Amino acid sequence: MQPFTYERAASIEAAVATVASRPGARFIAGGTNLLDLMKVQIETPAHLVDIRHLPLRAIEDLPDGGLRLGALATNTEVAAHLRVKRDYGILARAIMAGATGQLRNKATTAGNLLQRNRCPYFYETNLPCNKRRPGSGCSALGGVTRSLAVVGTSSHCIASNPGDMAVALRVLDAAVETMRPDGSRRRIPIGDFHRLPGDRPEIEHPLEPGELVTAVTLPRPLGGTHHYHKVRDRASYAFAIVSIAVVLQEDGTGRVAFGGVAPRPWRVEEAEALLPDGAAAVVGTAFQGATPTPENAFKIPLAERTLKLVLSEGRA
Amino acid sequence: MRFDTPAGQNPIDGQAIVGRPHRRVDGALKVTGTAPYAYERHDAAIDPTYGWIVGATIARGRVTRIDAAAARAAPGVLAVLTTLEHDPAPPGFRTTLHLFGGAEVRHYHQSVALVVAETFEEARSAAHLLRIDYESEPVRCDLAAEAPRAEPAADRDSPDYPVVDRIGDAEAALAAAPVTLDETYTTPDQTHAMMEPHATTAAWRDGKLTIWTSAQVVSWHRNSLAQSLGIAKEDLRLNAPFIGGGFGSKLIMRSDALLAALGARAVGRPCKVALQRPLIANNGTRRAGTIQRIRLGATRDGRLAAVSHHSLNGNLAGAFAEAAIAPTRLLYGASNRDLSMTLATLDLAEGNDMRAPGEAPGLMALEIAMDEMAERLGLDPVAFRIWNDTQVDPRKPQRRFSERHLVECLEVGAERFGWARRNPVPASVGDDRWLVGMGMAAGFRQNLLMPSGARVRLEQDGRLSIETDMTDIGTGSYTILAQTAAEMMGLPIEAVTVRLGDSDYPEAAGSGGQFGANNATSGLYAACTALRTSVAARLGFNAEDAAFADGMVTVGSRSLPLLDAVKAGPLTAEDRITYGDLDKEFVQATFGAQFAEVAVNRFTGEMRLRRMLAVIDAGRVLNPLTARSQVIGAMTMGVGSALMEALVVDTRHGFFINHDLGGYEVPVHADIPHLDVVFLDHPDPVSSPMKAKGIGEIGLCGAAAAVANAVYNATGIRVRDYPVTLDKLLDGLPRTA
Repeated sequence: MQPFTYERAASIEAAVATVASRPGARFIAGGTNLLDLMKVQIETPAHLVDIRHLPLRAIEDLPDGGLRLGALATNTEVAAHLRVKRDYGILARAIMAGATGQLRNKATTAGNLLQRNRCPYFYETNLPCNKRRPGSGCSALGGVTRSLAVVGTSSHCIASNPGDMAVALRVLDAAVETMRPDGSRRRIPIGDFHRLPGDRPEIEHPLEPGELVTAVTLPRPLGGTHHYHKVRDRASYAFAIVSIAVVLQEDGTGRVAFGGVAPRPWRVEEAEALLPDGAAAVVGTAFQGATPTPENAFKIPLAERTLKLVLSEGRA
Repeated sequence: MRFDTPAGQNPIDGQAIVGRPHRRVDGALKVTGTAPYAYERHDAAIDPTYGWIVGATIARGRVTRIDAAAARAAPGVLAVLTTLEHDPAPPGFRTTLHLFGGAEVRHYHQSVALVVAETFEEARSAAHLLRIDYESEPVRCDLAAEAPRAEPAADRDSPDYPVVDRIGDAEAALAAAPVTLDETYTTPDQTHAMMEPHATTAAWRDGKLTIWTSAQVVSWHRNSLAQSLGIAKEDLRLNAPFIGGGFGSKLIMRSDALLAALGARAVGRPCKVALQRPLIANNGTRRAGTIQRIRLGATRDGRLAAVSHHSLNGNLAGAFAEAAIAPTRLLYGASNRDLSMTLATLDLAEGNDMRAPGEAPGLMALEIAMDEMAERLGLDPVAFRIWNDTQVDPRKPQRRFSERHLVECLEVGAERFGWARRNPVPASVGDDRWLVGMGMAAGFRQNLLMPSGARVRLEQDGRLSIETDMTDIGTGSYTILAQTAAEMMGLPIEAVTVRLGDSDYPEAAGSGGQFGANNATSGLYAACTALRTSVAARLGFNAEDAAFADGMVTVGSRSLPLLDAVKAGPLTAEDRITYGDLDKEFVQATFGAQFAEVAVNRFTGEMRLRRMLAVIDAGRVLNPLTARSQVIGAMTMGVGSALMEALVVDTRHGFFINHDLGGYEVPVHADIPHLDVVFLDHPDPVSSPMKAKGIGEIGLCGAAAAVANAVYNATGIRVRDYPVTLDKLLDGLPRTA
């Protein structure tokens, strides 16, 4: 960990202004990912602006029937919220499938969305990594890749997005609300929030320096049945090999997104339109153009089988 | 006390205290967080400094230059020790690990520098400022690729066996056998993943060193460290009263101890060093992966005629072979046998002891092979094993087992588990979501005898204190030693104080190879026998005739309070147990039968253990409560071995990529349902006066294979390459609608 200075933000505006103007400044909330990365000097902020106490923790009904999750609402609070459990079951289930009780108590909604990847080579600081040192190369290519992405990757990075919550948010068509340094606010659709690596894997999201996530909004409930199935090598406290978030309607239509397979929650609208035709059709389209390695090619048939499982449950 | 004839009736047989489920006498210290562990000895080592180890980032080659100027100038830094400024330290006992010193790099994350600072954070931060240049050589780290260069290897711990151990004519018997099997099984490299990392606090005073460390065998660490530092062992005091697990990783001294001592000397203050978790897998030792070819030949009625078992593994030059063939020597009868090992050179962390070395990976292979063979023969796997039981060493048929109740383990286990309800046809039980199967395996692990000493002192207030350098690595040593002394002296367990892990105390067996409990309590038995003699002499009794119970010493109708013996002053006695040739005359071993029921998701291949049972034959069980904890812990490790644990090599760079507890998965609570354990009650008078045997490792032996066999019974998919992860099942799972 490199020495850094620390302050508690006086207000949302002050926090944004400080991080925008001060070189090397970063927001910190739950810190469950940032602090770990600081210890190994993958993250080296010069200044931390602590926003935990700011009034961004509420979970509120929206006039259109949707729900607004404060950026600082903890994972535990969101998953336990009555409306989340009733109307957005997929989100509660996805959150509960992630991490541990202790981490979920600390981790926040915005922080979870912004967590960095878990590619083993990202952590191997003496080896090249385009996310850590842009342009240095990708050590995962040709290396140990079983856990890594199979689709949406590039020759510069094959890391997968490790989140569970984000996969559910993608299915729900959530939007990310932010405040920019000039005080303006904007709304970023969740589908545009996590970027594919392309030739700039170090750019993971569209936020500007100092731009602060203030909330995540959920549109009106979708109804239907909600499913989140996370496949992993042990029963808890592990990242997904493949996860699937599905909302199924009675007429056989629905929405589906995959986790653990791509650099972002993987939802392909043309693919989910094929849900009435079955899992093979959906997966065939969703994973078109996939470039798996021999070690992780199994994720595609696994995704299909997992979708079949979820569909068999949903139609039972 | 020399133990060279089988034990007759003795005071332990009363089992007033020994053999009963006493709670841990140190339990309150642990659950209140007040048990003193090595890294937290601020009470003893005042104003300590903090060391941070820097690991090499090549697997093989040389360090050519270390620029430490920036690190030395960093805030709080007191010293930077670099490997180029030190002579190579000689390897310690039971290891070829090169801990520190010199330019040569033999494996990734080998310690090449220590940064010592006022705080942990300052040391860690400054470590990033070191600039280290290397000259790399090509790495050898792919076991299968190195196979052609492997050399025949002896068994380090059983040197009496020929390197190629042949009895009869296995080739001819295999050729003639009507039913045969020839399969290859692989087991991966594993890391110990104990809760407490290797950790040491070191302090020098007047040229003498004291270390508080995490060691399984005090004397081994002490001798190794004294030799590495070039000091007399009398000038080194080692303290290891509490150890947070070891599983063999702490049998040998590691760089935390050496570097803490060097760091403390460099800065003239106490120094604390923990081996950082991400360094442990590559810096220290591993259970070496194996590639095992097993061939079996049997008559149609299921009698094994030939057993051929060859194991290949790899290690650093000069290190030993993982003796995966060890259980095959003694588990089943067959008159034609061919057992051998070969060893390749690999530039990976040293392969060395991990819980049930040899037996654990050997049985992972052999016990799948037995399951496969039973199926080929159309026999029940339990019946097939019973049918091939042996009561003698197949190599020397005149050499019998002292006590061997494997058949009873199998029968009791089958009955208790409901084995008769198993459908032998794979993939035939379940519902529309889960396939359910049962599997079983036999377990075998040798019982090892080691000299062990203890000192006892009876105070005038009736308190009895025990001093021995025995360790408690979470196993319950404190408790069973207290029970043993209380039983021997006729005192309540509350009257006994046990002090462990100090090199000033008499040398004990230590903890490892499941030899701790039996030998350490036997050493204490010897010391208590000497104390009983002193007590009897003071009371005017003949010690041989005296019974010690309820604070009284009784001969015939005459009874005197034990305390009368210390009216004239406290009594101290010290002795050690040594052994004659009973382990040569008899095979001494422990046995188990493991049964598992596993559900496999027919869509995703996800595996869920539903229940598991171990039936254990390990002589007298000194404390059923702590023994059960040993066995369920071992079964859990077996589940990990079966389903998830594997160090994965990046063969380009020559290191284990998943070198932390995020990447190296071990079971979590959600993976482990209720585990059932049954102990058979067969005290073994040949093993020791305690008539006990090892308990710490037998619970692992066969556990993984039982789970793997259950997966096969559930799915019909035979995975011979551990761990059995779901990606290996997907192709074979039933088609889904």
